[in-house]
Amino acid sequence: MNQSVGHNTKKIALALSLFVLSSVALAQKSSTDSIAEYRAMLQDGNPADLFEAKGEDLWKKARGPKNVSLEKCDLGKGAGVVKGAWVELPRFFSDTNRVQDLESRLVTCMQDLQGLNAEEINKTPFGKGEQANLTALATWISAESKGMKFNLPQGHIEERKMYEAGKRLFFMRSGPHDFACATCHSQDDKRIRLQDLPNLTKNPGAGNGFGAWPAYRVSNGQMWSAQLRLNDCYRQQRFPYPLFGSDATIALGVFMGVNGKGGEATAPAIKR
Amino acid sequence: MADPMRIRAQASGDKATVRVLMSHEMESGQRKDAAGKLVPAWFIQEVSATLNGKPVMSAEWGPSVSKNPFLQFTVKGAKAGDKLAVTWKDTKGESRTDEATVS
Repeated sequence: MNQSVGHNTKKIALALSLFVLSSVALAQKSSTDSIAEYRAMLQDGNPADLFEAKGEDLWKKARGPKNVSLEKCDLGKGAGVVKGAWVELPRFFSDTNRVQDLESRLVTCMQDLQGLNAEEINKTPFGKGEQANLTALATWISAESKGMKFNLPQGHIEERKMYEAGKRLFFMRSGPHDFACATCHSQDDKRIRLQDLPNLTKNPGAGNGFGAWPAYRVSNGQMWSAQLRLNDCYRQQRFPYPLFGSDATIALGVFMGVNGKGGEATAPAIKR
Repeated sequence: MADPMRIRAQASGDKATVRVLMSHEMESGQRKDAAGKLVPAWFIQEVSATLNGKPVMSAEWGPSVSKNPFLQFTVKGAKAGDKLAVTWKDTKGESRTDEATVS
């Protein structure tokens, strides 16, 4: 009799200690968890959906001086293949003889198929005119690869050269603040204010970071493409702005994308 | 012409959850442009919803609602197959109606 009472008390004590442990764990919910929770709440009703719908329309609509749609555009997996194209970009294209990311490739298609002026589009500020259309197209195309794993090709010599160039750019310190991409993004578990900084030199950081753009920014209500995101990184580093679709930004894309191999595509994401 | 809304309506039990994403600038009238001039107010003022043509919700909105607003509400008695329509009207008098089928 006594023995069994003792046993029960032990059980209660064990249950109590478990309870205490779990409540300590709850109390220690970090700001990172809170931000993740906030993002999960916003994800259901991500306004990126609106841009996705716009992008899909733009892809199928006959436009430009030649009045044709983009449905014959080759994003690397053959003319008109959209699904899975984004997780293999940037890649080498033999018709333009250069490595291109999604946005620069779309500009090529808009020029070759629709007869729009590529130079004009490249010069247009983000969010205006054809640039706004380009972001919507990129949003839809990336969404078509949602949940797929990054697998950037590195078979062509130009693709490997771009990776090396991207790596050098990533670690190149310059500007008035003697800054490089690597200053913020080459170590684990770093943050700026409450934002986690992904380590873009390897997974999971590279896949998470690279795989989330285009993204909708709640704070300014804008849809941001990957090109605009990189442009803003350079602004924060006090570098001169890179040209739209420049080899430098594409090289950085190759570097991050190859490092993120196997990571999951989450774009279009929602950001603060 | 304003961009279309995204409406999802999902029935569970005797009610349906409706999620609406609207495409609108929602200018508050408080912001200034690059030249320092006030950007005129332009926002959605009236929102209403109907289920099979019968009004189920109406709301008056103001300038504090965000750009590209998201609205969620539940409708009692909505079943799969019902038609749910949402309409908004903004301060410029522009309006847009979109319809979805409850699933």
